[in-house]
Amino acid sequence: MKGYNFAYLDEQTKRMLRRALLKAVAIPGHQIPFAAREMPLPYGWGTGGIQVTAAVLGRCDTLKVIDQGADDTTNAVSIRRFFARTAGVATTTRTAHATIIQTRHRIPETALTEAQIIVYQVPQPEPLYRLEPSRTETRRMHALSEYGAMHVRLYEQVARYGQIAISYDYPVMVNGRHLMAPSPIPAFDNPKMHRMPALQLFGAGREKRIYAVPPYTDVASLDFEDYPFRAGRAPHACALCGAQASYLDEVVTDDRGGRMFVCSDTDYCASRREQAP
Amino acid sequence: MTVPDDGLAYPGFADPVHDAQASFRAVLRALARPGALCTVATPPAPPPPLAPASAAVLLTLVDADAPVHLPPPFAGLGPWVAFHTGSTGADIGDAAFVLADEWPDLALLAAGTDEVPEASTTLILQVPALEGGPRLILRGPGIEATQTFAPLGLPADFAARWAANRRLYPRGIDVLLCAGSAVAGLPRSVTVLEAA
Repeated sequence: MKGYNFAYLDEQTKRMLRRALLKAVAIPGHQIPFAAREMPLPYGWGTGGIQVTAAVLGRCDTLKVIDQGADDTTNAVSIRRFFARTAGVATTTRTAHATIIQTRHRIPETALTEAQIIVYQVPQPEPLYRLEPSRTETRRMHALSEYGAMHVRLYEQVARYGQIAISYDYPVMVNGRHLMAPSPIPAFDNPKMHRMPALQLFGAGREKRIYAVPPYTDVASLDFEDYPFRAGRAPHACALCGAQASYLDEVVTDDRGGRMFVCSDTDYCASRREQAP
Repeated sequence: MTVPDDGLAYPGFADPVHDAQASFRAVLRALARPGALCTVATPPAPPPPLAPASAAVLLTLVDADAPVHLPPPFAGLGPWVAFHTGSTGADIGDAAFVLADEWPDLALLAAGTDEVPEASTTLILQVPALEGGPRLILRGPGIEATQTFAPLGLPADFAARWAANRRLYPRGIDVLLCAGSAVAGLPRSVTVLEAA
């Protein structure tokens, strides 16, 4: 695109982002502050993810962007078009064809490979945010690996509801050291982060934090021995492709209580329907 | 043609944007997969005694906000680095990067603090080769089971020295080893054992 550098950001900004990303990879799960730039879309629309993608993206990459699993929603379409215009890269909706996948709040059902990088858009990078509003305090808690407060929160839910009642943004321990917010992916997706072959990068634009999980790194969802972590899923098959094990969206179809459950991952669902006899 | 001593006749990247991007992806892969050899995009004629990979790493990551410390034999490269990156140098304890051709005393380098472990120095170590040396076994994030790594030019007691760095975690020094046009990474999170 004329008048802009490749992938929109200037080289100085990319170097700053790249240095932060390298530190993030070296300290899995630790949040690195960075000088987030104003982007041509509002906070909350993936400015952190876009900046991370812009810093890693190259001419030879193929980009996939999903929003809650879907390739065809406004956020996914505009970010994909943004990079098609500013970087001229190839885009795809097929998980297996992509080299970089930017995601808002889902991990694709198709297993990722060593050749891929997944970039998460993160609204709130601090997992202790609801327990301790002071950044000064949470930084110290991370330094001391002092995560008792989070276990107390989980315990209170067990005491009150009889189970750990967190369905998304379920806190994880990374590499046995840092507590990390996995971004608001459903708890269903948490097990996919554990020892994933792909590099996982996280960008929070408004909160100006970058963090990462290298390939094959231990990612454990917090739980108790007698109340183990469970990945929840609606007890239905996909109404379109019949998948029994994918994460489902509930779609209201009329005003008389009609509803259907369909795969949240549109590419996974479409591929299954194409392959069906 | 005689080349002046300040090295300014030596060019930077032929294509600054895309060569820096390709080199960054190689460095990112090197730290995400410790011990893997990753090929960078190299400048056409790096100033001696700089290896092409070391030159590429400097051009990709160093700037005025993240200066590099240049001890001998690289001290003469100051003007070249300043011209191409904007880094005018820094003391060894304040530098974001330290370029060396032998293993330094890591105690001289910033290892960050427990609260800000990222305020640490990255060591760019130029070695004769990334293969053919004593075999080391690596474990840790980025490695599926174990990774064999056998660079030349590390001290004989490297595993013990690395263990001292590893004990500081999450503080510590990250290392990028450069030889020819390849780079390999040793992030602070990796555990190094001598092969039996």
